[in-house]
Amino acid sequence: MTATATSTANLRALLHGLPGVDKVGVEARAAALGTRSVKTTAKAKAIDLAIRMVDLTTLEGADTPGKVRALSAKALHPDPADPSCPSVAAVCVYPSMVPVAVPVLAGSGVHVASVATAFPSGQAPLDVKLADTRDAVALGADEIDMVISRGSFLAGDYAKVFDEIVAVKEACGDAHLKVILETGELGTYDNVRRASWLAMMAGADFIKTSTGKVPVAATLPVTLIMLEAVRDFRAQNGRQVGVKPAGGIRTTKDAIKYLVLINETVGDDWLDPDWFRFGASSLLNDLLMQRTKLTTGHYAGPDYFTLD
Amino acid sequence: MPKSAPTAKPAPAKAAKAAKAASVKTEPAASNGRARLAVRKTYKLYVGGAFPRSESGRTYLVDGDNVALASRKDARDAVVAARKAQPKWAGATAYNRGQVVYRVAEMVEARAAEFVALGVPAAEVDAAIDRLVWYAGWSDKIAQVVGNANPVAGPYFNLSSPEPTGVVGVVAPPSLLGLVSVVAPAIVTGNTVVVLAAGPQVAITLAEVLATSDVPGGVVNILTGRAAETAPWLASHDDVNALDLTGVTDPELAADLERTASGTLKRVLRSRGETDFTVDPGLHPMTALLETKTVWHPKGF
Repeated sequence: MTATATSTANLRALLHGLPGVDKVGVEARAAALGTRSVKTTAKAKAIDLAIRMVDLTTLEGADTPGKVRALSAKALHPDPADPSCPSVAAVCVYPSMVPVAVPVLAGSGVHVASVATAFPSGQAPLDVKLADTRDAVALGADEIDMVISRGSFLAGDYAKVFDEIVAVKEACGDAHLKVILETGELGTYDNVRRASWLAMMAGADFIKTSTGKVPVAATLPVTLIMLEAVRDFRAQNGRQVGVKPAGGIRTTKDAIKYLVLINETVGDDWLDPDWFRFGASSLLNDLLMQRTKLTTGHYAGPDYFTLD
Repeated sequence: MPKSAPTAKPAPAKAAKAAKAASVKTEPAASNGRARLAVRKTYKLYVGGAFPRSESGRTYLVDGDNVALASRKDARDAVVAARKAQPKWAGATAYNRGQVVYRVAEMVEARAAEFVALGVPAAEVDAAIDRLVWYAGWSDKIAQVVGNANPVAGPYFNLSSPEPTGVVGVVAPPSLLGLVSVVAPAIVTGNTVVVLAAGPQVAITLAEVLATSDVPGGVVNILTGRAAETAPWLASHDDVNALDLTGVTDPELAADLERTASGTLKRVLRSRGETDFTVDPGLHPMTALLETKTVWHPKGF
């Protein structure tokens, strides 16, 4: 199916043939699952799992090598006072900062992710995007977060988006490819479902909600739709694809809601840092504060954790 | 800790409620000639400028009134609100903070009858208003009294100035004058407070005053309920910078709280014996919640 579907007409038939999303239903289901109460030992496990799933991210124009080094050190030992605290999944930076993060994280199991392809807008010629990707991989990134061309997608030029993802996937080589759909700019839940399928058919290893650079970032309903998409895609094609909500997830409570969503939608197979990630920066400190609360029995304060 | 279900209320309170229900305000006939339905009031918490119920859903009866019974999570939320409001409040000019506290005095004056109706003696309401005005006046003068230009051996200006300590947990005494006398000195210097109130109706009426004054949301947060239940959570909280134990009557609890507070090096304000709030409080209630910042500045260019 993936090999033959590359013309816009074929893709359109296929994507528009997907069942429509029940907007009210998906929002109600996400809200209902968000009310689950996770306590004590289950909460402790959820917090540690969430820490292991964090892609610790800094994507600012003001990023300096010093900041990225500090962030990488934090990724290895999020809570220096507690050696039992697990490392995060990856550090996510701009390509120019990859050479700074790589030596700190080498051999630790913490991945180096780099955004590429004219992040965050994706509005650049294809050869620029491919060069961007190759450079990031050559500098040592083993995960690439690409953005799709929302303009082309919304204009209905599905083949162009598809071919771009295929080309970037090829440029990635061995590096994992995460495809950012930027769901806040797609307008409808139907488009989220279509973009998810388009990215997966084109070879994405992960589908990611957002760049974090537009006002509407990751939400529970959007993540629910993407989880359903990866579940259905695996049932149909036998290939498992990961999901990464990013942007706007700041509290432990939020993170646990996502874990409940995974458990109830796709099950244990995705409850693993290899298949689910949180793109976040401030989330980690809140997770650490909650973790400290559970171990010490009293409330923790932000003064006791690093600023990043 | 056990949640007290609304059904598990102590019997005397129940009786009081029944008495109150029996005497339900049969208001004088409204304009259309029919008696009005009484509008019963629930006293809720005051957190972040809003009046939420307790997250636990618990209430208890005080003199026939339904009052929210705060839990440790309400205390946690109140600390978050206080922390969020603190930098901006401390960053406001001293003159502005003085104006705001003076505005609170104005509003208590306007609502004096309401406090009297709750059983606060009129003279005490007046004393509370005067206390607010007194502290309002201190806001832009305290730095001149406790700050200093220090003589040093070298070509430097060496200046010490008082700074607010941050978020202050307050266990308040039950009287209106007592409540005002612990809240005003803490906030006038730029701290924000989480108050565990003992006299719930009076405290929440004061919260209504604060909400309609110019006090930014989160600067004063008021929790009603059992201080013995919530105070330990404030004492151990890493994000609370000081603890005022003026309203703690049980010496054992006070000692416990003081011990817990030492775990995070909090400042603790603990009165010995009963505090007489009618006398001039002096500067100590303010200075106890201030830090001193000293700056060296080269001179001679």
